[in-house]
Amino acid sequence: MSVAQVKQDALAARIADLSFAEKGWLAAPRRAALDRLSAVGLPGKRDEYWRYTDPAALNAPAAAPAALFDPGDEPQVFDQIDRVKLVFVDGVFDAAASDDPRLSGVEIERLTEVATRDSHWASGLYGALEARGQNPVSRPQAILNTAFATDGVLIRVTGQAKKPVSLIYKQGSTTSDVILHHCIQLEAGAELTLLENGAAAARLNTVMEVEVDDGARFHHIRGQGRAHERQAVTHIFARLGKESSFKSFTLSANGRLTRNECVIEMTGENAVAHVAGAAVGDGDFHHDDTVFLTHGAPGCESRQVFKKVLKNGATGVFQGKILVKQVAQKTDGYQISQSLLLDDDSQFLAKPELEIYADDVKCSHGSTSGAIDETALFYLQSRGVPKSIAQSLLVLAFLAEAISEIEDAEIAEDIRTRLESWLERHER
Amino acid sequence: MLEINNLHVKLEEEDKVILRGVDLKIKAGEVHAIMGPNGSGKSTLSYVLSGRDGYEVTDGSATLDGEELLEMEPEERAAAGLFLAFQYPVEIPGVGNMTFLRTAVNAQRKARGEEELSAGDFLKVVREKAKTLKIDAEMLKRPVNVGFSGGEKKRNEILQMAMLEPKMCVLDETDSGLDVDAMKLVAEGVNALRDAGRSFLVITHYQRLLDHIKPDVVHIMSAGRIIKTGGPELALEVENNGYADILAEVK
Repeated sequence: MSVAQVKQDALAARIADLSFAEKGWLAAPRRAALDRLSAVGLPGKRDEYWRYTDPAALNAPAAAPAALFDPGDEPQVFDQIDRVKLVFVDGVFDAAASDDPRLSGVEIERLTEVATRDSHWASGLYGALEARGQNPVSRPQAILNTAFATDGVLIRVTGQAKKPVSLIYKQGSTTSDVILHHCIQLEAGAELTLLENGAAAARLNTVMEVEVDDGARFHHIRGQGRAHERQAVTHIFARLGKESSFKSFTLSANGRLTRNECVIEMTGENAVAHVAGAAVGDGDFHHDDTVFLTHGAPGCESRQVFKKVLKNGATGVFQGKILVKQVAQKTDGYQISQSLLLDDDSQFLAKPELEIYADDVKCSHGSTSGAIDETALFYLQSRGVPKSIAQSLLVLAFLAEAISEIEDAEIAEDIRTRLESWLERHER
Repeated sequence: MLEINNLHVKLEEEDKVILRGVDLKIKAGEVHAIMGPNGSGKSTLSYVLSGRDGYEVTDGSATLDGEELLEMEPEERAAAGLFLAFQYPVEIPGVGNMTFLRTAVNAQRKARGEEELSAGDFLKVVREKAKTLKIDAEMLKRPVNVGFSGGEKKRNEILQMAMLEPKMCVLDETDSGLDVDAMKLVAEGVNALRDAGRSFLVITHYQRLLDHIKPDVVHIMSAGRIIKTGGPELALEVENNGYADILAEVK
C-alpha cells in the first residue's frame, strides 16, 4: 500500500464519526478545509516533519483513555490573577462556571453561538491563517481542526483590554476527544492578554488564529494541564502587522504527548515575535515544540527560547525554523533550545533551522543538552540544602530564561510559584 | 571539636592516593592553619571533610563532636555544623543570592528541628551582616557569584559562613586571588566570628593571611601527611625559608 493511501485511510478512519453543519458563514471555510485535508491526508511517521514525534495517537480514530488529574488543594495556574474566565469542560462551554464575558474594548463570542449566522467578522480569519501556514510544510492536524472544531472563542479587540481573558479547560471524562478553534483579531493599537490552562480532554486538538494589526500587542500565556496521560496537538497561527507585538509562553508539566506548533508571519515592518516554552517531563512524556517563524518585512525581531527538563526516559523535541525573506533586511532573530537531562534514559532531539535570503540580518541560534551541574549541586549541598531541593533550585534556574520572556511580572511570578510548588510536591 | 584519625583517601576514578594517614585534632575555639606545597593534599582534605564526590576514603575517620562525618551526606555535615569556604566559589546562574542564602539557612534550621526564619527576619539579619562585609544590596540580588569579582566571591563565602553560624569552619585558600585590602576585609569577617565555641581550619600557602587571622596551631602538610606541627612561628619559618628545610628535616 502506498504511503499516500495509508494517510488517506487514516484520515477516513479519523473523521468517520466527525461532521459539521453545512449552513451559515462557517460552512465555506470548513468545506474548504475538508478539501485541503483530503488532498494531504493525515501525517505519517515517515514525514520529515514528524520524524521525532509519532503522530499515531493523534491520528487514531478515538482518544486513548487518560486518567483525570486530581490536583488536591494545589492552586491552579493564574488563580491569583484578576481575569475574565471562560470555562470549557471536555470542550463544552460551562456558562455557570464562567464569568460575564463583557469587557470594555473586547468582543467575546463563542463559535457555536454565531456559527449559523449568514455573516460574521471572523469569516475572513477562520481557517485563513491556518491555510497560509500550510506552506511549505503541511500541518494536517490543524486542517482537521478547521474542518471539525466543535467550539472555540472569537475575540475581537478594539482597545486596551483591562484584564486578561482566561480560557480554562477542564477534563471531565477519561475518554474525551476535543477539537477547539479560536480566532483572535487585534485591531490597530489594541492590546490583549490571553491565558489558557488545563488538560481539557484525554485528547485535545486546538488551533488559534491571531491577527495582530499595526501597533497592536498580543500576550499569550499558557499552562498545559498536569494530567499525566493527556495528549494534545496545538497550533498557533499568527500574522503580525507593522510595529505589532506577539508574545507567547507555554508551561508544560506532564502529559503523555504534546505537540505545540507555532507558525508566525511578520508582514509589517518592525514587528516583534517572541515564543517561549518551559517543559518539565518525567517518565512517559513526549513534548514537541515546532516553530516556524517568517520574517517577511524589514526590521522585525524574533526570539525563540525553549527549555526542557527531562527525566526517567522522557523525550523532548524542538524543531525551530527562522525564514528570512529577501525583503526582511535588518532582521534580528534569536533562537535557543536547551535541555537539562536528569538521567541517561532521557533524550532531547533538536532541529534548529535558518533559511536566510536577506543580506543584512542578525540571526543566532543555539541548542544544548546537558546534565545538572554537579559542582553547583555540591556547593548548594555543602551549605545544608538537601540534594532534592538543590536539584529543584537548579531546575528552576535553568527554566528561568524562558519564564522571564513573560512580560507581565505578576503572571511570570505566578508561573514561577506554581512550578516551584510542583517540583516540591514531586519530591515528596 | 574536629578529630581526624589516620585518614587515607584516593581518587575514585584513578588509582591515585592523595591522603596517606592524616591525624588532626582541633579543640573548640582553636584556629589551626595547614600550610604545604602544591599537591600535598590540603584541598583534598577540605573536600573529603565536606563530602564532595570523587574521593574514596580507604581508611580512617573524621568526627565532629564525636559524630562520624564521613558517613554523612554533604547537607547533613553542614547541618552538623561544618562549613567549607571554597577556594573557587561556584557560580550558579539563575539562582538569586538571597534565595540561595535563605534556602540554606532554613534548610539547616529545619534539619536541626528549629523554626524557619520568616522572610522579614531573614532580610534584617542578612542586611546587617552583609553591611559589615561591604556587600551591597545589588550583590545580594544578583545570581550566586555570577559576575562577582574574586574579592566579592570570597566575601560572599564569609557572608554565608556568618549566616549559617557553623561551629567548624574550613577555609580553603580564602586568600587566593585577593589584594591586601580585600584580604583584610575577609580576615575581619572571619575574626568577627571567632569565639570559644567555634573552630577554624585555615588552609593557605602564605603566611600573610595568618598575620590577619592569628592561628593557635600551624601544621605543615606534605605528600598526604601532616609532617610537622608547631605554633605561629612555624608559618614564619616557611615564609622565610620555604618548605625545603622542613621537608629535609623530616626525612
